[in-house]
Amino acid sequence: MTRKEWPLWEVFIRGQHGLNHRHVGSLHAPDAGMAINNARDVYTRRNEGVSIWVVRSLDIAASSPSDKGPLFDPAESKVYRHPTFYDIPDDVGHM
Amino acid sequence: MYAQMVKSEGTAAAEMSPEERAFQDRIDRGEKIEPRDWMPDDYRKTLIRQMGQHAHSEIVGQLPEGNWITRAPTLERKAILLAKVQDEAGHGLYLYSAAETLGVSRDELFEKLHSGAMKYSSIFNYPTLTWADMGAVGWLVDGAAIMNQVPLQRTSYGPYARAMVRICKEESFHQRQGYAIMMKMAQGTPEQKEMAQDALNRFWGSALMMFGPSDKDSVHSARSMAWRIKMNTNDELRQKFVDETVPQADYLGLTVPDETCVWNAERGHYDFADPDWEEFFEVLKGNGPCNAERLQARRDAWENGAWFRDGLNAYAGKAAARRAAAALAAE
Ligand SMILES: [Fe+2]
Ligand SMILES: [Fe+2]
Repeated sequence: MTRKEWPLWEVFIRGQHGLNHRHVGSLHAPDAGMAINNARDVYTRRNEGVSIWVVRSLDIAASSPSDKGPLFDPAESKVYRHPTFYDIPDDVGHM
Repeated sequence: MYAQMVKSEGTAAAEMSPEERAFQDRIDRGEKIEPRDWMPDDYRKTLIRQMGQHAHSEIVGQLPEGNWITRAPTLERKAILLAKVQDEAGHGLYLYSAAETLGVSRDELFEKLHSGAMKYSSIFNYPTLTWADMGAVGWLVDGAAIMNQVPLQRTSYGPYARAMVRICKEESFHQRQGYAIMMKMAQGTPEQKEMAQDALNRFWGSALMMFGPSDKDSVHSARSMAWRIKMNTNDELRQKFVDETVPQADYLGLTVPDETCVWNAERGHYDFADPDWEEFFEVLKGNGPCNAERLQARRDAWENGAWFRDGLNAYAGKAAARRAAAALAAE
């Protein structure tokens, strides 16, 4: 007999106050509340977090690997977006 | 190892398609392969097999130690063992979800384990007869697992590598708590020391088997090594394990059960005898002392938990329907 599988959730943990939530992995759970409970047990057994986000994996939209060129290549030629592009004489002092 | 005999499939370099060539080049450059990247079908299949087998081993591996949770000698030992076994459940879950990124579902993998279509490590088909076995398992079995898992942190498949990083962080506690049990027993009464020696005697050979068959009989290695989903040969890792473990046994005042095990100054390694390969293949075939019991315990856990999983699903469905109705009423 085939049963309905629990849906998959992506888990994001804030490691410390002041840091972003970071993706740490995924897990199965019937609903959001259980997903948070399970995330606590699976991903924070050693004080790894102060806050948990979970989101249904199905609800994540992702760029496709084949879009990598069109999406990210244009930034490569914009060297002037970096501070190191500009030569400021040492005489000016710290800037 | 935890994945001892993974059948890999693959194409010889000369017959590679341009995509396969480009894929292999990415791996050779040390790039990680991510779930939605193009990959050869055989890479995907081999990885599902390997990661599935690895995940199953973590899960079934809870059983021999679970046997002693209620019988641990002190409350502290019980808490430690419980934490260790809970970690193994976590390792299984990290690996199942990493495997799922390859397009197989966790329930499918469970079914394959329960039907016997997929394997787990042969080591978990041996019984844990005394408390000293908890020491030997942590020291030797987790120790052997670490040998294999540390290099796998650099494996080519991103989700697998990241699961390994997480697992390796937790494993060292496992080995150390096992060795601490062995130290206590070895420094205890003569009877306790005897138990420690007996546990070492029984787990030595089967721990050596964890690295899989000898390289000359290991037919699928080359392809997997090119793909960087296998990082070292079985014999390399086995030797490394022996070299690290023998001095640890010496420290305990225990002897590995192999008279041929002596330091070979010329090679810079310990010599040691092969484990009983006939026994190894018998255990893999399902004829080990605990194969039937382990598989039955897994099947029972899965079947007896079905009503609970279904109940939680039903509750989640009803709660979602209630929320939808409330949202509609509020409009
Ligand atoms: Fe583990
Ligand atoms: Fe472990």
